[in-house]
Amino acid sequence: MSELKATPKAIAGPSNFLDERLGGANFLKRNLRKIFPDHWSFLLGEIALYSFVILLLTGTFLTLWFKPSMMEVAYDGSYAPLKGVMMSEAYASSLEISFDVRGGLLMRQMHHWAALLFVAGMTVHMLRVFFTGAYRKPREINWIIGVLLLTLALAEGLTGYSLPDDLLSGAGLRITEGVAISLPLVGTYITFFLFGGEYPGEDVISRFYSLHILLIPGILLALVTAHMVLMWVQKHTQMPGKGRTNQNVVGAPFYPAFMAKAGAYFLFTLGVISGLATFTQINPIWLFGPYTPADISAGSQPDWYMGFLEGSLRLMPPWEINLFGTANAGTLPLSVIIPALVPMGIIMTGLALYPFLERWVTGDNREHHIADRPRNNPHRTSIGIAAMTFYGVLWLLGANDEIAANFHVSLNHTTYAGRVLVFVGPALAYLITYRICLGLQRSDQAIVSHGVESGVIKRLPHGEFIEVHTPPSEDIEAHMRGKEPVPMLPVDEDSSGIPPKGMRGPLGKLRGRMSRAYGGEKIPLDDGHGHEHEDEHAAIGSGGSDDRSITH
Amino acid sequence: MTRITAWRRHPLARYAVLILALALVGMVYAAFVQAGKPADAALAAGKVDDVAEGRSLFEKHCMSCHGTNAQGTTTAPTLIGVGAAAVDFQMSTGRMPAAAPGPQAPRKPPAPWVNETTTRQIAAYVQSLGGGPQVPGAEQVDPKLGDAGKGGELFRANCIQCHNWVGAGGALTQGKYAPNLNEATPTQIYEAMVTGPQAMPVFNDTTITPEEKRSMIAYITQVREQRDPGGFALGRIGPVTEGLVAFVVGIAALALAAIWITAKKRQKS
Ligand code: HEC
Ligand code: HEC
Ligand code: HEM
Repeated sequence: MSELKATPKAIAGPSNFLDERLGGANFLKRNLRKIFPDHWSFLLGEIALYSFVILLLTGTFLTLWFKPSMMEVAYDGSYAPLKGVMMSEAYASSLEISFDVRGGLLMRQMHHWAALLFVAGMTVHMLRVFFTGAYRKPREINWIIGVLLLTLALAEGLTGYSLPDDLLSGAGLRITEGVAISLPLVGTYITFFLFGGEYPGEDVISRFYSLHILLIPGILLALVTAHMVLMWVQKHTQMPGKGRTNQNVVGAPFYPAFMAKAGAYFLFTLGVISGLATFTQINPIWLFGPYTPADISAGSQPDWYMGFLEGSLRLMPPWEINLFGTANAGTLPLSVIIPALVPMGIIMTGLALYPFLERWVTGDNREHHIADRPRNNPHRTSIGIAAMTFYGVLWLLGANDEIAANFHVSLNHTTYAGRVLVFVGPALAYLITYRICLGLQRSDQAIVSHGVESGVIKRLPHGEFIEVHTPPSEDIEAHMRGKEPVPMLPVDEDSSGIPPKGMRGPLGKLRGRMSRAYGGEKIPLDDGHGHEHEDEHAAIGSGGSDDRSITH
Repeated sequence: MTRITAWRRHPLARYAVLILALALVGMVYAAFVQAGKPADAALAAGKVDDVAEGRSLFEKHCMSCHGTNAQGTTTAPTLIGVGAAAVDFQMSTGRMPAAAPGPQAPRKPPAPWVNETTTRQIAAYVQSLGGGPQVPGAEQVDPKLGDAGKGGELFRANCIQCHNWVGAGGALTQGKYAPNLNEATPTQIYEAMVTGPQAMPVFNDTTITPEEKRSMIAYITQVREQRDPGGFALGRIGPVTEGLVAFVVGIAALALAAIWITAKKRQKS
């Protein structure tokens, strides 16, 4: 698959046609034969890409009927239980799309499922990039673009979710307002600007509409394009393996092999989204009823990607500071500001800065085109899992009422547990992950230096039974040998006990200490005695119980 | 004889007889009142048997918790003034007689001896103790006579903060919860509103008129019976289950597809 002997007809036809007219044969030849590596996790980002395409298409369909207006009308569509109820035109037109436009409900549901998968796809893609270290030089800029895309996607989801002006999304809007107004000094101005006056006002839906269908998708599209171009130019990273080096890319050419795969994958994404939209109801706004600020429902949650913010709000103790001891002078509602800004800040800033922090700690300025296996950089992997745990606890707590109601535990207990877990969980996750990574490195070491268990049991002359080990297959061994030590700064003190330059001040000392902890080889692959043969191994027999305990 | 006749003809005799008769009536009345004070009301309603039966059932099944005269104990509240509606609600939903103590008496299948008659009898007894809301008539709770649109608005304004937008239920503090409203009959919905069981507030007839209650019943029953137009409804609890499905079905399926697409053909070895 990876070698193309003659230009296939499929490629010669169109490229000749285009070449004769545009004279771009070289350009095309170069680009159509771009090589893409083959690893399933490299397709995760494409979930987001194709969901985005589906969002653009279904969203455009929705704009044909949706009326972004908060004018009150009496409903007289075909959904009986809301007959005669006063509601905004936005809500009425969303009901119309759902019940009176042919295919409208399917489109609404596709749009919403695609939105969930868009952000979910981005998230898993980002985790893949993080854990394999694919954000390292020269790809830091693309990583930053990714973080921006994720942030914008949250904003895009929030604005879109609010458009139908139903009771559930209204609850989210109310929280948005609460967060905006809680900001010191500027809060009131920001809310009045956003809502065009006192909440909820009459403007917010039309404003969100412009943001949702014009501004944010425009920026998203530009950033997605930049992301793809950069990826194209810089090429994919690849997993370590046979014949793969920092200078090449092993895989299938873009055209036709990778294009066929990508096309198939688009169809898969379309299939999953339309399948979900056909069989699974999402955002049944007719059940929620129209929004009025006076009503609020049990079980109000945002879409999943906002769940961690909901959770942090629910966890937060009711702290507030009255300036000068009186509420007249102004109140700082820590119970809103902290949960709304701190976790989001930690996660997004942490993501954006990680490549640079890591480089600062490791002093690693080289280019990297071979991905790390997560186990081979145990501290990074542990930090990632700890962050996921932090996020996960907040996320789970965003649904603590459903957990309490469905599993019959006290709501109060879930909150108390969450307050502890949000700190203890990440620490535990860190320690456990670190141990697991080292364990996996040890098992790699055992495989590389002792071979794979063959299942053959041999009896030695003196009566002991041992299992015969065979050398690992070439592929596997190459994959494992792709490991290199995590780079480390030159931290060793010279003969007179003076640390190297740049490691002297308090910050430098910290940097040196972090570098020593983060970098270095924890478990060398060849633990001193190289590649042993089966016979030698057998001969070591009883004496070698020490190193055998690793695999047995 | 003549003396008696003479007495009878005495001008005061008429008054004496009257007084005697009055005294007699008074004594009988007093005796009656002693026997069962409020029974006259029930007597007037022709339910004297129900009250007596109800009392004995009460003594058998409820007294241990609610006290000899339903005046309440440390384990259970007084039932004086809760009304027949409260008893009917509690017994027909199986909540009473309560089983194990817990944060909240759950809905459960009623005990074998609980049926319409025994419920009516205990209800009559409790009603006789101090009045309270009555069991509503069939017409009062007929969903067909209600206006679902109006009812929906009232439902959203008064109930969903605990029961969720479709009555899927929700958690309250300290292990308490608002149950889902999928099983409650129209009568029980009405009774729940007028009696306010446990953590639920009372919605009496001045807060929400009987007609409005009927409209709310219309909304609740219509929505819960409706087929979900969008497909499988995921418990109708909204984004939590939707998000779960996005990952467990959506992302998982697409990850499997990715693995499948990129899988190399196994080399024959
Ligand atoms: C195991 C103890 C127990 C038994 C037995 C019991 N109850 Fe109760 N009952 C309670 C408790 C506790 C409450 C208050 C909290 C609650 O409703 O769960 C209560 C509440 C009630 C209420 C609601 C009062 C109100 O304010 O609305 C009614 C009506 C009632 N019980 C009727 C009965 C009847 C009728 C029986 C007998 C068939 C009975 N109970 C048996 C413990 C009991
Ligand atoms: C403060 C929260 C709260 C509000 C508001 C509330 N309820 Fe309840 N509701 C409860 C609780 C708690 C229970 C469970 C009581 C029990 O188990 O005895 C309940 C029980 C019920 C039941 C019985 C369900 C069953 O399956 O037996 C019905 C019906 C009901 N409520 C209807 C309503 C209606 C209609 C409204 C609005 C008018 C309403 N509730 C408002 C908390 C609430
Ligand atoms: C790019 C990412 C996008 C995301 C994450 C997103 C997300 C959402 C969400 C969650 C909703 C609520 C859907 C519902 O009613 O259940 C929504 C509604 C809507 N979106 Fe988008 N959307 C995106 C792009 C677009 C685009 C590009 C358009 C138009 C060109 C669009 C147009 C609309 C309209 C008109 C609605 C309201 C219609 C209705 O709910 O009935 N969206 N969007």
